[in-house]
Amino acid sequence: MERLTKDDVHPSIVKALLDQETNVTFEDALENEMILNMGPQHPATHGVLRVLLRLDGETVVAAVPELGYLHRGYEKMAENMSYYEYLPHTDRLDYIAPPANNTAFSLAVEKLYGIEAPPRAQWIRMIMSELSRMTSHLVAIGALAMDVGALTVFLWALREREKILNTYDIICGARFTTSYTRIGGVAADMPDEAVRMIKEFLDQFDDKLEEMENMLNTNRIFVERLEGVGVMSREDAISLGATGPTLRGSGVEHDIRRASPYMYYDQVDFNIPVYNEGDSLARYFVRVDELRESVKIIYQCLDRMPKGDIMANSPKKVLPRKTEIYTKMEELIHDFMIINFGVKPPVGEVYHSVENPKGELGFYIVSKGEGHPWKMKIKSPSFSNLQTLGHLVKGHMISDVVAIIGSIDPVMGEADK
Amino acid sequence: MEIKEKLEKLLTEQFPGTSFEITEFRDEVTLKFNRSVVVPVCEFLKNNSELEYNQCVDVTAIDWAKKKNRFTVVYHLFSIKNKNRLRVSCDLEEHEPHINTVSSVWKSANWYERETWDMYGIKFDGHPDLRRMYMSEEFEYHPLRKEYPLMGIPGDQPLPKK
Repeated sequence: MERLTKDDVHPSIVKALLDQETNVTFEDALENEMILNMGPQHPATHGVLRVLLRLDGETVVAAVPELGYLHRGYEKMAENMSYYEYLPHTDRLDYIAPPANNTAFSLAVEKLYGIEAPPRAQWIRMIMSELSRMTSHLVAIGALAMDVGALTVFLWALREREKILNTYDIICGARFTTSYTRIGGVAADMPDEAVRMIKEFLDQFDDKLEEMENMLNTNRIFVERLEGVGVMSREDAISLGATGPTLRGSGVEHDIRRASPYMYYDQVDFNIPVYNEGDSLARYFVRVDELRESVKIIYQCLDRMPKGDIMANSPKKVLPRKTEIYTKMEELIHDFMIINFGVKPPVGEVYHSVENPKGELGFYIVSKGEGHPWKMKIKSPSFSNLQTLGHLVKGHMISDVVAIIGSIDPVMGEADK
Repeated sequence: MEIKEKLEKLLTEQFPGTSFEITEFRDEVTLKFNRSVVVPVCEFLKNNSELEYNQCVDVTAIDWAKKKNRFTVVYHLFSIKNKNRLRVSCDLEEHEPHINTVSSVWKSANWYERETWDMYGIKFDGHPDLRRMYMSEEFEYHPLRKEYPLMGIPGDQPLPKK
């Protein structure tokens, strides 16, 4: 390991870490304490998260997460491109669950435009969102198990995820960066083959999940590494801004799907899993239960999905189909105008948030009536959840830091934007 | 809308001398007021038993690129009990924009304000740890300001030595 110098750690970070005005530089030895740099290149930090730890022996006294290693300036880019152009960039936010991001962005822009996608498109979006919740939670559970030393479950979880990615391939034509939704609908109809594949997958999924649970829930090492580690009380969870499974693991029954329903979540029957313990194990249990709830929701969606259009009928705001562009004059003109100048929404500001796998993903769009947003802010759940990290790791061992990061499941593409 | 009237009534009772501007667009309520009262008003919004906005979802700013009131700081609040949202905003001047921190009211505002400082150069007075969030400490600019070019400024970030 290379020795860090003061050029690597800015004095202000050292100050934040020591929580006081100090003349200590990085090279000076603290009396009984030590500063350890974890990441950004560390397999257990789930990407490029860097955490500076102040240690007393092996116990963490304070931790300062440093973000920005994956900052690509997506908010700046949004101000310089039309709403349609921005859609593929939402794939790269939470890259474990792209369809959920696509849906969130489309819903926000539709709210600004004042249009609504037709019912079939909305049900398809719900199926895609829930499928992506499953991929995300499977990766989270697998990676958490791997972080604490159980490699098998990681392979099992990724095998299940692979089946979902194969259905993505049939539905969207891509496995990862799907860019599936459009403003006013979805890019392509869901073929019957995909419906069959999803049903087949769901039918066998319960057994596979049980298999994974048997492997973990009765595993003493797994349980003891997580139980009572990284405890966050209900009040702390709310005030520190935790969201998603991290919030529900601390006993707060809050889910955007229930609190302010979007699409048709008010018409489907599902539970919100809540655990009161607030530790890493509770967050793991919330994810497992949410997998079951997602299965339930997708079954209902498949049953209730009507036949019909997949794009809203609003020619001046919604991109026309390719076949129509090549054959009809009107559609050609609309396509030209939308592609070159963008759709001009009314002047105003909207905030729309959805319950993503990691928590509340919100888009705040300020429009000046131009084809591109004047300002767009992404409220990313991983960013909010990472803020709790400094609080969670206090008093725990270095090895627990890995387990806690795994249990709050941050995705840096989203946290760094 | 019901919430709009309730807000107006409660706020004018509590803060008689301050003017509040409440607007609505697409069913979203925005509350606008002078920046000097941001902390007491936010404390009231959080602690009032009828409103109880106990979650600060996001803090950001808008650069309007104009001479007067160039920046607007925007807070998104959510009440877990009443299940409704509120947007709070305050205008700031172009020269050395600053506003009091609300991180004492909601702890989560800590990082959100740091991000706003990083991106817009708005100082949050009394913030416990106002460092840059994404950019490095040596970086001189605030990238989401409208005068910062999309392509970046060549040489504005020190590159690692070969």
